[in-house]
Amino acid sequence: MSTNGKPKFAMYWAASCGGCEIAVLNIHEKILDVDANFEVVFWPVAMDAKYKDVEAMEDGSILLTLFNGAIRNDENEHIAKLLRRKSKLLVAFGSCANEGCMPALANLSPMHEIIDTAFHTISTDNPEGIHPQTTYTVPEGVIHIPTMYPIVRTLDQVVPVDYYMPGCPPESHQVGAVIDLVVQVLQGKAELPPAGSVIGAGNSTVCDECKRTRDEKKIKAFKRIQEIVIDPTLCLLEQGVLCSGPATRSGCTALCPAAGSPCIGCYGPAEGVIDYGSRLLSAVASVIDSDDPDEIDQILDGIPDPAGMLYRFNMAGSLLRASKPAWLGK
Amino acid sequence: MERITIDPITRLEGHGKIEIFLDDEGNVANTYFQIPELRGFERFCVGRQVEEVPILTNRICGVCPEAHHMAGAKAVDAVYHVDPPRTAKMLRELLYSAFYVTDHTTHFYALAGPDFVMGPDAPVAERNILGVIHKVGLEIGGKVIQCRKYGHTVVEMIGGRKVHPCTSIPGGLTKGITEEQRQEIEKMGRWAIEFAQFSLKLFTDIVLGNKTYLDLILGDIYTHKTHYIGTVDENNHINFYDGKVSVVDPEGKRLGKYAPSEYTDWIAERVEPWTYLKFPYLKKVGWKGFIDGKDSGVYCATPLSRLNAADGMATPLAQAEYEKFFSTLGGKPVHQRLATHWARLIELLYAAERWVELATDSEITSDKFHTIPTEKPTEGVGIVEAPRGTLTHHYWTDERGVATKVNLIVGTTNNYAPISMSVKKAAQSLIKKGTVVNEGLLNMVEMAFRAYDPCFGCATHSIPGQMPLEVTIRDANGNPIEVLKQFC
Repeated sequence: MSTNGKPKFAMYWAASCGGCEIAVLNIHEKILDVDANFEVVFWPVAMDAKYKDVEAMEDGSILLTLFNGAIRNDENEHIAKLLRRKSKLLVAFGSCANEGCMPALANLSPMHEIIDTAFHTISTDNPEGIHPQTTYTVPEGVIHIPTMYPIVRTLDQVVPVDYYMPGCPPESHQVGAVIDLVVQVLQGKAELPPAGSVIGAGNSTVCDECKRTRDEKKIKAFKRIQEIVIDPTLCLLEQGVLCSGPATRSGCTALCPAAGSPCIGCYGPAEGVIDYGSRLLSAVASVIDSDDPDEIDQILDGIPDPAGMLYRFNMAGSLLRASKPAWLGK
Repeated sequence: MERITIDPITRLEGHGKIEIFLDDEGNVANTYFQIPELRGFERFCVGRQVEEVPILTNRICGVCPEAHHMAGAKAVDAVYHVDPPRTAKMLRELLYSAFYVTDHTTHFYALAGPDFVMGPDAPVAERNILGVIHKVGLEIGGKVIQCRKYGHTVVEMIGGRKVHPCTSIPGGLTKGITEEQRQEIEKMGRWAIEFAQFSLKLFTDIVLGNKTYLDLILGDIYTHKTHYIGTVDENNHINFYDGKVSVVDPEGKRLGKYAPSEYTDWIAERVEPWTYLKFPYLKKVGWKGFIDGKDSGVYCATPLSRLNAADGMATPLAQAEYEKFFSTLGGKPVHQRLATHWARLIELLYAAERWVELATDSEITSDKFHTIPTEKPTEGVGIVEAPRGTLTHHYWTDERGVATKVNLIVGTTNNYAPISMSVKKAAQSLIKKGTVVNEGLLNMVEMAFRAYDPCFGCATHSIPGQMPLEVTIRDANGNPIEVLKQFC
């Protein structure tokens, strides 16, 4: 990694899985463009700067920071605030930072249930009911681990964000395109999009990218994917499979439906959608072939997990954000 | 008591922290390897439709989602009491073999390789993947990139996506492959076999051919005599996708083999109040603390463990390497943790051979890739060998197939106790009264856990291969008296 006077670049992971890093590495040779055009000053997966090095930098001295991961504990929040202060442009990179992703499904449960579940499983031998302590005295001294928050938050619920790049993870061709754009901006050949924009994604829905055919057919029952012989060319929703394409932002090239698997919504709300789950529910309702309230209820019983299906990636970023027990902590 | 704090260790998924306490003499009294994260998948997968759980649990780890997707797929098969068609099982294993090739390759070249190719105390600026490429040639760097591309191409062809595959469902897959795709997969697999052989030769030339390295591998600093586990087929050969888990004691004696549904008879997990991660151990032997030996339930689940727990490899080229491995290192079992790097390359060769075997099976392009489940869903366990250890997914559902309970024992978690022990032993061996704690020494501490390729670190499938450490030596009041660092 070079260290001359080039613009500074950082990437960081908070509560995430590492898939965003893999997506960036999957741009393969193009990673050399990052090296050629930026001085990488902080990127735990790829190089070895420390928090204290970031702390020592001048405020605003990093041009571009890609921040992935949700805000799950006090360490995540501390680094989010630190990188906000040091960065001119802070990008919420990937679903966790944008809308919470899987980690935010934890917002459907109060904290004590999460802890109780993890430390009292069938294979856990814990008769004394030991739980991790954020501060603990061992014979040799006192040691610490971070404090978990009751509610998982998105990056922009903690600090102001300049751009939003969705996806779980963002597809590598989109990562490559964003890097190309930034390099062009640095060379004076292009301009940055307006602050607050979604970048590295489309402006329509996954359905618009999906090659499956739609016949505007209505359905009498929802099906689970394992229950049917999947027609390889027909719209999955019209086959009765709850596909999230109608509510989800385009940009992935409809990879999952192309592979016979329904869209699960990882690119987040489509342009203009305020609450992802509400939009998806209205799209789902529109394919139900009935005017009879009882029959509609019966058809909707075919969706046994509406909260998890409608807010799979989006719980922290939704209007709801968390369940009442999670908010109340009981 | 003086303490040395290593915080943060980068290349963990999230963050890790090591506390090293020194006694009055300046020797290491104890160490604590702390994992500061808990996301709660076992709670929030409850209430979800069970066929979604193999997709949700992908997001435990974006580096090895293939492992979670496969363990989850086998668990949902078991939940629905459905046996997928042969083609579906082969396609899953084919995807998984290609994934193994990329995963093991990048660990060797980007993470572990620099220590050996460049040397444990080589200049910091050179001891990384760029240094490796510089030393062994650009052509090899290109091959490593090519290997990652090929692996992800196969994962996407079968799994639908390069990261977080989505096609495994109860009873099989949502799609098959075409003859055209098969040919491309076969071609890439044959290239991978050559690449694996090349990698083993590189290891033989650079590491085994160097007495200093051989002494380091065979020395005591990185040796622990623990139990070992790993999945084997009916011939007791290593299999990554399916089989029973073989358990051997520190003398190499097989204590038994367990089917996925029997895992709770064999494995239990201990909770410590100073970390968010649990410590699995062998239930039948019992938890005796962070200690070696036959009477301690501490076990290891790594490439080295799999070689120790099996009787051989199912493919011919890998079998020859397996035999050479044990004859060179003095017979089974091998306890030297640094030999894990060699074991990993033998597994790389096996994965590439298996990739081609599966890609050339006459039924691999069959359209019989799914069996519709007909039984009522109940409960099921799926086990695969993740690159970093045996991965167990256990789901319970109601009669609608909605998850009511989930239990997960994740690859690296198996090795939490032995990693902690390795860190302590390396620290105790290297940091003594009067020792000058320099950068080379810190790298030697790194090497203790790098051998395990901890999953949080496996994201480091890239540049460069160093783990930055900062060591703060404090007085009894916690005031820093000296700060030593590398790559910081």
